[in-house]
Amino acid sequence: MLAERGLIFPPINEILRWQDIFPTFNKIALIAVLAALIGIVLFLLAARADAKKAPTGARNLAETTVEFIEEGIVMQTLGKSGLGWTPFLLSLFIFIFLCNIPGIIPIFQMPATARIAIPLSLSLLVWVVFIGTGIKHQGMGYFGGLLWPAGVPTALKPLVGAIEFISTIFVTPFSLTVRLMANMLAGHILLVTFGLLTEALVTAETKQAFLIPTGILPFFMLIFLTGFEILVAFLQAYIFTILAAVYINNSTVGHGDEH
Amino acid sequence: MEAFSALVAAEEAAGSFDPDAKNIAAATNAGLAYGLAAIGPGIGIGYLVGKSVEAMARQPEAAGMVRTTMFLGIAFTEALALIGFVVFILVKFA
Repeated sequence: MLAERGLIFPPINEILRWQDIFPTFNKIALIAVLAALIGIVLFLLAARADAKKAPTGARNLAETTVEFIEEGIVMQTLGKSGLGWTPFLLSLFIFIFLCNIPGIIPIFQMPATARIAIPLSLSLLVWVVFIGTGIKHQGMGYFGGLLWPAGVPTALKPLVGAIEFISTIFVTPFSLTVRLMANMLAGHILLVTFGLLTEALVTAETKQAFLIPTGILPFFMLIFLTGFEILVAFLQAYIFTILAAVYINNSTVGHGDEH
Repeated sequence: MEAFSALVAAEEAAGSFDPDAKNIAAATNAGLAYGLAAIGPGIGIGYLVGKSVEAMARQPEAAGMVRTTMFLGIAFTEALALIGFVVFILVKFA
């Protein structure tokens, strides 16, 4: 058996599973509820502010975010006719970002999106929305365009149809889910690793003199990674939202060549 | 997971099971799986971002569009490395 001393990495459940605060409600659920509430309250406050004055506080933040979604996501993918999608994409972005960011906030220290439930529900929502949009805009012909992009030779139709069916119906929600979940999980495990390294070096029972100065190195790495995680939390929310916009665009204008 | 634990229990009963050997094999193979999964996306993202920077330097007025497309490309390329990471977790801990 391995000796029970030195650096022991905890089992995966210890860093990802939380005790129920009360039955069926644990820290992950708490973060998700808080994220939804904070988003709603922030935008209600912003909506109350006087639109004629120069924006301050909550309104300023909300206007910047809405402008970012419009300029950075909707205009780039859906174009001007897609501006009606702004509220949906904005809610997706705010909710995912607020679920990601507790990964670096003390006390919480856990991104709610590092467990698969929230990313999976969100990507299934996006999946339903983009298939619904396709049916609404193109009727049942949507499925034909989905399976056989224009210009496919008849001989190749079964093969192309099978590939397109799998890639749109199964791979799309799967990759959306795994991209968000694995990114946040990887970040969380990195933070745990460097936190543990620092702790193990500083509190080592052998008490060699050089261990504590050495412990500063993983500590610096921990600080650097915390900053990096802020970037990742933002970037993953952005990527999830922009991919949702791209999929919706594919349904409205027929199957493009984007993949 | 239950299927695997049943297998493990069967091996334990047969007396041929060594938990250390299983841990060592899991750690080695998990590291190998992630290392292999990271090669392709690493090359891909490097090439992608390099080309995007080139495009942005040539045509700074198109930088916004190039950046959006670059992030999309990164998202699709990176997915492979992330699936490798999930495989790592499954092999190492499950």
